[in-house]
Amino acid sequence: MAALLGRSCRKLSFPSLSHGARKVSTETGKSLNLYSAINQALHIALDTDPRSYVFGEDVGFGGVFRCTTGLAERFGKNRVFNTPLCEQGIVGFGIGLAAMGNRAIVEIQFADYIYPAFDQIVNEAAKFRYRSGNQFNCGGLTIRAPYGAVGHGGHYHSQSPEAFFCHVPGIKVVIPRSPREAKGLLLSCIRDPNPVVFFEPKWLYRQAVEEVPEHDYMIPLSEAEVIREGNDITLVGWGAQLTIMEQACLDAEKEGISCELIDLKTLLPWDKETVEASVKKTGRLLISHEAPVTGGFGAEISATILERCFLKLEAPVSRVCGLDTPFPLVFEPFYMPTRNKILDAIKSTVNY
Amino acid sequence: MALSRLTSRSNIITRPFSAAFSRLLSTDTTPITIETSLPFTAHLCDPPSRSVESSSQELLDFFRTMALMRRMEIAADSLYKAKLIRGFCHLYDGQEAVAIGMEAAITKKDAIITAYRDHCIFLGRGGSLHEIFSELMGRQAGCSKGKGGSMHFYKKESSFYGGHGIVGAQVPLGCGIAFAQKYNKEEAVTFALYGDGAANQGQLFEALNISALWDLPAILVCENNHYGMGTAEWRASKSPSYYKRGDYVPGLKVDGMDAFAVKQACKFAKQHALEKGPIILEMDTYRYHGHSMSDPGSTYRTRDEISGVRQERDPIERIKKLVLSHDLATEKELKDMEKEIRKEVDDAIAKAKDCPMPEPSELFTNVYVKGFGTESFGPDRKEVKASLP
Repeated sequence: MAALLGRSCRKLSFPSLSHGARKVSTETGKSLNLYSAINQALHIALDTDPRSYVFGEDVGFGGVFRCTTGLAERFGKNRVFNTPLCEQGIVGFGIGLAAMGNRAIVEIQFADYIYPAFDQIVNEAAKFRYRSGNQFNCGGLTIRAPYGAVGHGGHYHSQSPEAFFCHVPGIKVVIPRSPREAKGLLLSCIRDPNPVVFFEPKWLYRQAVEEVPEHDYMIPLSEAEVIREGNDITLVGWGAQLTIMEQACLDAEKEGISCELIDLKTLLPWDKETVEASVKKTGRLLISHEAPVTGGFGAEISATILERCFLKLEAPVSRVCGLDTPFPLVFEPFYMPTRNKILDAIKSTVNY
Repeated sequence: MALSRLTSRSNIITRPFSAAFSRLLSTDTTPITIETSLPFTAHLCDPPSRSVESSSQELLDFFRTMALMRRMEIAADSLYKAKLIRGFCHLYDGQEAVAIGMEAAITKKDAIITAYRDHCIFLGRGGSLHEIFSELMGRQAGCSKGKGGSMHFYKKESSFYGGHGIVGAQVPLGCGIAFAQKYNKEEAVTFALYGDGAANQGQLFEALNISALWDLPAILVCENNHYGMGTAEWRASKSPSYYKRGDYVPGLKVDGMDAFAVKQACKFAKQHALEKGPIILEMDTYRYHGHSMSDPGSTYRTRDEISGVRQERDPIERIKKLVLSHDLATEKELKDMEKEIRKEVDDAIAKAKDCPMPEPSELFTNVYVKGFGTESFGPDRKEVKASLP
């Protein structure tokens, strides 16, 4: 496959995945917030592969969220550079770069602005390998974008567009929940031989602080993690929403409901087996995400689990999501799937 | 339009001064000719003359409205820091000449559409301070009912189509409005404003091609304040001559800090657009604040640069000098005018602060057209259910 490209294509190799999630979660490291963890991941990625590049709007000075601090100084303006204001151009350019065997790490400044690039992602990136019969691919492409509510973002700085991308075979969609996860997942995404869209919960850039190991490590994609064990109901979520769900689980525990919480991590392709096993144990499922409920990714999870666990379900699958409105300005507290809404849904599902 | 607002204000607030002001305002329609500061640079067209027809009334009007715009933006700055305005706030101080010059050249039938730096353009289109401050603080009395915020001001009666957050997205919309105007034989034009950062968006060129192909009365105005957020124009654009970017579409470069140059250019552009088709105007302007309230504005440019522009090219100072040199008012009268404006703004803020927030049911209104019974569900689909009105 590499030979067909006629260049000395670097074989995409990465450290053994056997040192997976369980080992990482017990290691200690430095206390970092999300943007620092992502920054570290980018430093490692550029360090280990001389043919990787980071570009996007304003990444040169460190980016609007400081995720790319120090990269331009360390690796030079030829590898870390700013682009003009054109998302379609940026992603298209990244696809081309990746097609020539490089790792293109593209930053879209806010996920709300990713739509001009949607055509490039869906029609070009996702289908490149398929339509060329494996002659070409843009596996080296990773698109990073901050997503999600931040308290005052309004219509265009708070959107969660993951559902649009989960509908596209050919790309992967990954969303980390915390700094340690983010670093490992981002490194896996960059080194994954498929184009990946990596959404970072912008709310957690400064808020989330965790011990992050300083070395190079990867967390496997398409493996969900049970972050809290329980017996009465399974909760599935990703990104910043998990923090809210965890609070709801604690509240539910006080009322005697034992909740199992699963972090999906990779939305496409998602780990159906882990969720299925959990629901077969508990018999109830609740999914929560910030994006509007209709057509959100929760619908896909619900339908799949229904197919697989129909006879084991004690109650209908519950979805606690954003409302079917544009992301509002002053009404954000009403719109968001808050912990009380989740708690109410947990209780009504358990008492069905 | 602004004139009647001025006289009504002076009735309410400054009775002792109203006599003095009416001397200035009601009598003088004597024409004055003003030379623009710089000649126009043209691309594929003949530039208009540097002599601009004006009147003393207009001159005072310009001063007053620009001072009002400036005061309004500074007040918005303080409100944001006091956390009464949340979300995003992009301020226009420094660029007032573009808004005022454009208004002076056109009617309310001509449409304007712009990006997110829209407070002053809204004011120029006839928006009231109360509507502005209410919308900024997210109150019911706001022009978008408190649901839009700083970036989404609209005024249908004055053909002001907003107020857009996504960079560059308003330009194809503007060309569509121009198409409708031509189709309906309205003898009106559309001004689609965008910035130097947005000038690199692909959709702009798509819209420009279509406008040129179909001879639409679209005027694309690049408000070049030389920085796309924090990126200087020479870092983002191969060709910073935005007025030439239209290639086959004529263009004009204008000193955007000179309200009369802007007025002349817009008049010229309107005539061109109605007769021949699209034209690009590049307004060479400058913003004193950063990109938005979260940007200090000094990390990518020096304070000397900012204060230099303020000293040499400030649009309000220029008008002030003209007013004084034509003996239309004394220094003291202008100072009093500014004091009155300050009070007007403070009153509007106080009134807006008292205004209630939108009702929670407003969360669901206007997602779709009213009356079609579309339902929006709450989280668990069982309990909370609101029929979209």
